[in-house]
Amino acid sequence: MNKKKLLSASLVGVMGMMALTGCGDKDDSGSGNGGGAAVDITADATKGQVRFLNFKPEIADAWQTVIDDFTAETGIEVTLKTAASGTYEQTLKADIAKKDAPTLFTINGPIGYASWKKYCADLSGTDLYSWLSDKGMAISEGSGVYGIPYVVEGYGIIYNNAIMDKYFASANKTTSYTSMDEVNNFEALKAVTEDMQALKDELGIEGVFASTSFSAGEDWRWQTHLANLPIHYELKEKGVLDLETIDFSYAENYKNILDLYINNSVTEKSMLATKKVDDSMAEFALGKCAMVQNGNWGWGQISGVDGNVVNADDVKFLPIYTGVEGEESQGICVGTENFWAVNTNASAEDQAATVKFMEWLFNSEKGKNHCTNTLGFIAPFNTFSDSETPTDPLAKEVIRWMNSGVSAVTWDFTIFPSQTFKDNLGADLLSYCSGNMDWDTVVSNTKDSWATEKAAIAE
Amino acid sequence: MQKNYKKYFLLFVLPTFVAFVIAFVAPFLMGLGLSFCKFQTVVDAEFVGLDNYIKAFQNKEFITAMGFTIKFTLVSVVIINVLAFALALMLTKDVKGTNFFRTIFFMPNLIGGLVLGYIWQAIINGVLMSKQATILSDSKYGFWGLIIMMCWQMIGYMMIIYIAGIQNVSPDLLEAAAIDGATKSQTLFKIIIPMVMPSITVCMFLTLSNSFKLFDQNLALTNGGPSNETRMVALDIFKTFYGRMGWEGVGQAKAVVFFIFVSAIAFAQLYFTRNKEVES
Repeated sequence: MNKKKLLSASLVGVMGMMALTGCGDKDDSGSGNGGGAAVDITADATKGQVRFLNFKPEIADAWQTVIDDFTAETGIEVTLKTAASGTYEQTLKADIAKKDAPTLFTINGPIGYASWKKYCADLSGTDLYSWLSDKGMAISEGSGVYGIPYVVEGYGIIYNNAIMDKYFASANKTTSYTSMDEVNNFEALKAVTEDMQALKDELGIEGVFASTSFSAGEDWRWQTHLANLPIHYELKEKGVLDLETIDFSYAENYKNILDLYINNSVTEKSMLATKKVDDSMAEFALGKCAMVQNGNWGWGQISGVDGNVVNADDVKFLPIYTGVEGEESQGICVGTENFWAVNTNASAEDQAATVKFMEWLFNSEKGKNHCTNTLGFIAPFNTFSDSETPTDPLAKEVIRWMNSGVSAVTWDFTIFPSQTFKDNLGADLLSYCSGNMDWDTVVSNTKDSWATEKAAIAE
Repeated sequence: MQKNYKKYFLLFVLPTFVAFVIAFVAPFLMGLGLSFCKFQTVVDAEFVGLDNYIKAFQNKEFITAMGFTIKFTLVSVVIINVLAFALALMLTKDVKGTNFFRTIFFMPNLIGGLVLGYIWQAIINGVLMSKQATILSDSKYGFWGLIIMMCWQMIGYMMIIYIAGIQNVSPDLLEAAAIDGATKSQTLFKIIIPMVMPSITVCMFLTLSNSFKLFDQNLALTNGGPSNETRMVALDIFKTFYGRMGWEGVGQAKAVVFFIFVSAIAFAQLYFTRNKEVES
């Protein structure tokens, strides 16, 4: 067979394929505000269906229960797809290009909105938006509202009060503190921690803090959540909401708390690269440590560990103190990176069905019950009364801190430029912990990385 | 008869050809097109010319990854081929249990890359624990970890190819050499190696291209750490595509550059080793 003939035949075939698949421009259904057109709330929701791409794999089963109930009640079909941990963005990227694209998906804040705005329908006309307790929390551009937060979460240092009480009652302690109420700044936290570490055998723990997990994909507690604090204070000091470049002027505070974590830990700091979040939560659940930094979603992980010795009443939150002036009035970090967006390219019926699903969840008796009890959400809507709040101890703690009069730290990591920025920071922190990088290099790398990543996504 | 075959050639080749076009050629050309576009999802792209290529070459991580990949490939190709050939020589001698050992050496090749990566990560971390270190403590651990894992996986496969080659060396030649008084090393270098040159071509090609394109083992073992020092090009492309909004096209451009680079090297290698092949 003539090879040339085969080659030309294949080229013709391929050109045909190219014509079919195409990579041309697509019409934007812009409404002039940035995102997509408004949702048509008059469309017949019962004719539509909901395709939900879930961001939180830890509650995938709970979602299924909720959805089954919704379908039983309304007859609207809902398909649930859950992205595996840490792969949400890539799943969304692939799925939204498909014919059966998700109608309901999550964007993680302003950065997420910037990249998905073409797909976000305007939700300003929905009841859901009108129920939002704090309308400023929604993601809006111009007069349009494109992302609505559906859950409020909090994180801080989770501590086991039983172990703390044991310490405060100890005859060998060298600090003068007598209860956790007195630990309200970094100085106190450091003194107590270091004294406890010295008395670890007496307290029956292996270290004060759980392992600072640095396995691949397991470092988000440090490169995102903990890094929120220095950035939060920098934004606050400058009185702005976003920055093209950072001075990282609170880097020293960041180092303070990180050093405290890694020097008073269950695990030797050179060995942190093997640790996962699950390991840390298990250490806490088994009483091997007194403190772990995580959020209220961690309760399921703690109570789910076999042989768990932690009493629900003993689990409390402490704000992450870093040694900033006046931090006695600082609370835990409260916010969200979960904003629901409706796919503007879906049919009007599907969009209406999706809105109906959201409104059912946050306004019907059954939906609200699922929301607080099945999903354990602290919902940011005024349709919920004070009694309709989750009962797990960490969620209760978040609510306690929200109402305690101190100022909560907002989740400013939603303006972190990109996943690459976070990954690079995580890698640098690990190098610092294993002694291969000095702190000044971490600081300068982070500043450079912030600037380049912000510039990279700005184009 | 011959004519009839020719007539039906196209018909017989059609099913495979269609599958090849759909699953390989079309995505490849789409990818080529997308490398000149800025896009979020593959159906929604905007032409930006050479912009992506410029960014790709200005990207420090890409250059570092390229350097690391080349270093890794050089070392692994040499070690794998030498060891695989040595094993093949041993297992073609008349000793007891050769079949048993051939099976054992081949077995690692049946395990998937991700599984291997995680298993070796646990093993290597276990060993390094005595030094109070982990595989991410230093990039040299990651490098040699990758080499060890790659050898463990590939040597068995290459060994099988070499065994087939060595068994095909005509006994007449070996006997003639023995009668002429050739020493063992003379027999090896003057008879066996030239005769198994076709196998060497195949093995070199396979190890070279597999080492260059290594992805899942790299992802599982070190995930590029520490500080991206052990990130190979395939992983870098993946991370560019998914790690940064708006950089999908740059990832695509890197992939095209990588493709051209690997094909150039592979063809050069094929040309050089083919030249050394002899007719028996």
